[in-house]
Amino acid sequence: MDGIHDLGGRQGFGRIRHSPNAGPFHAEWEKRANALYGLAVRVGLLNMDEYRHAIERMAPRHYLSASYYERSLTGLATLLVEKGLVTRDELERLAGGAFPLASPSAPGRGNVVDAPRFRVGDRVLVRDEHVAGHVRMPSYIRGKRGVVVGESPPYPFPDAHAHGVAADDEPTYDVRFAAAELWPNGADDAFVHVAVFRSYLVPAP
Amino acid sequence: MPDVAGTHKSVAPIAQRLDAVESVLADRGLQPAEFVVEATRLVEERWVPENGARIVARAWTDPAFRARLLANGRAAAAELGFELPRHHRHLVFLEDTERVHNVICCTLCSCTAFTLIGLPPDWYKDFDYRARVVRESRTVLKEMGLDLPPEVEIRVWDTTADTRYVVLPLRPAGTEGWSEERLASLVTKDSMIGVARIAAPAA
Repeated sequence: MDGIHDLGGRQGFGRIRHSPNAGPFHAEWEKRANALYGLAVRVGLLNMDEYRHAIERMAPRHYLSASYYERSLTGLATLLVEKGLVTRDELERLAGGAFPLASPSAPGRGNVVDAPRFRVGDRVLVRDEHVAGHVRMPSYIRGKRGVVVGESPPYPFPDAHAHGVAADDEPTYDVRFAAAELWPNGADDAFVHVAVFRSYLVPAP
Repeated sequence: MPDVAGTHKSVAPIAQRLDAVESVLADRGLQPAEFVVEATRLVEERWVPENGARIVARAWTDPAFRARLLANGRAAAAELGFELPRHHRHLVFLEDTERVHNVICCTLCSCTAFTLIGLPPDWYKDFDYRARVVRESRTVLKEMGLDLPPEVEIRVWDTTADTRYVVLPLRPAGTEGWSEERLASLVTKDSMIGVARIAAPAA
């Protein structure tokens, strides 16, 4: 989905609030939030793709106003309700107030049939696709051309794995894009590398 | 807190929402309170940037190890006793040179090789870094204190799958003959993310 989480290349943001050697946590409750989603993953209540997608489905206004660990908690709570471990009413009764959750999901999809294989050095084109459910193709590479510089072992296909759809694992390719290809006349000169699932790619014509 | 859900109830404070979720997990017999202690210990004691620093220092001092690390990061990290979560099936160390500077990010969320460099810092997960570093890399690095010479090529790596990237920074000048342990003490989390170069030690 073209969600609010897909931030790469968005303009209007400000200076990075950089603090060297920042610790991972700023409050005790953040430690709990970090642990609870980890526990849910460990015991198999949910997988990482479901978790990421639940966060992506948060209402944009909520996503942008929530801290990182509030987004984490919202994603976890959304999945606990969707998977029937608790009702929203019960969750709100336990919390003593409203408990904003993420919006419902669109259906997922399986692998692209007959997706080609690539080798390092191959020139590739990212499919010009608009996927309704979970997808790990940042929109800034959609329809763009790059060169394969690496290949991973097969991973679960996120577009399926986030939705309980059966699919084959597939490799990702580290694809090198020139920043000028991604944002013509609108970026600092650099190469940007993205790990792209095989189903998202075709050979560059 | 704003009424983001569009209901008439006011939103429960975050601590109460956490309590609610924790009690749901506790009712399933999952012992969340115990897990919070265990997970926090892992984050604060086991998954620390000193792990990555040891790998970097070994790569600086042992050319054969460096070659193995660049060929297969997971296997080389395992040689030093560092394991990655099972779902991080591939680990790529990104070699900086005098002419190439690497920097990592995750524009979609917050992915990092957290068992090696620690959980990501707050600014890495902030919208400003996620939005800007892929498009304004040189500007962002300069704002963060790293003013790279114009001839240095910048390579940004967006962690969009479960492959993990770690920057292998340049060994600073003035460290000839240093022990691996002493070298490791120079290596910071920021340098393995790629928003800092490691300064030469004061003479």
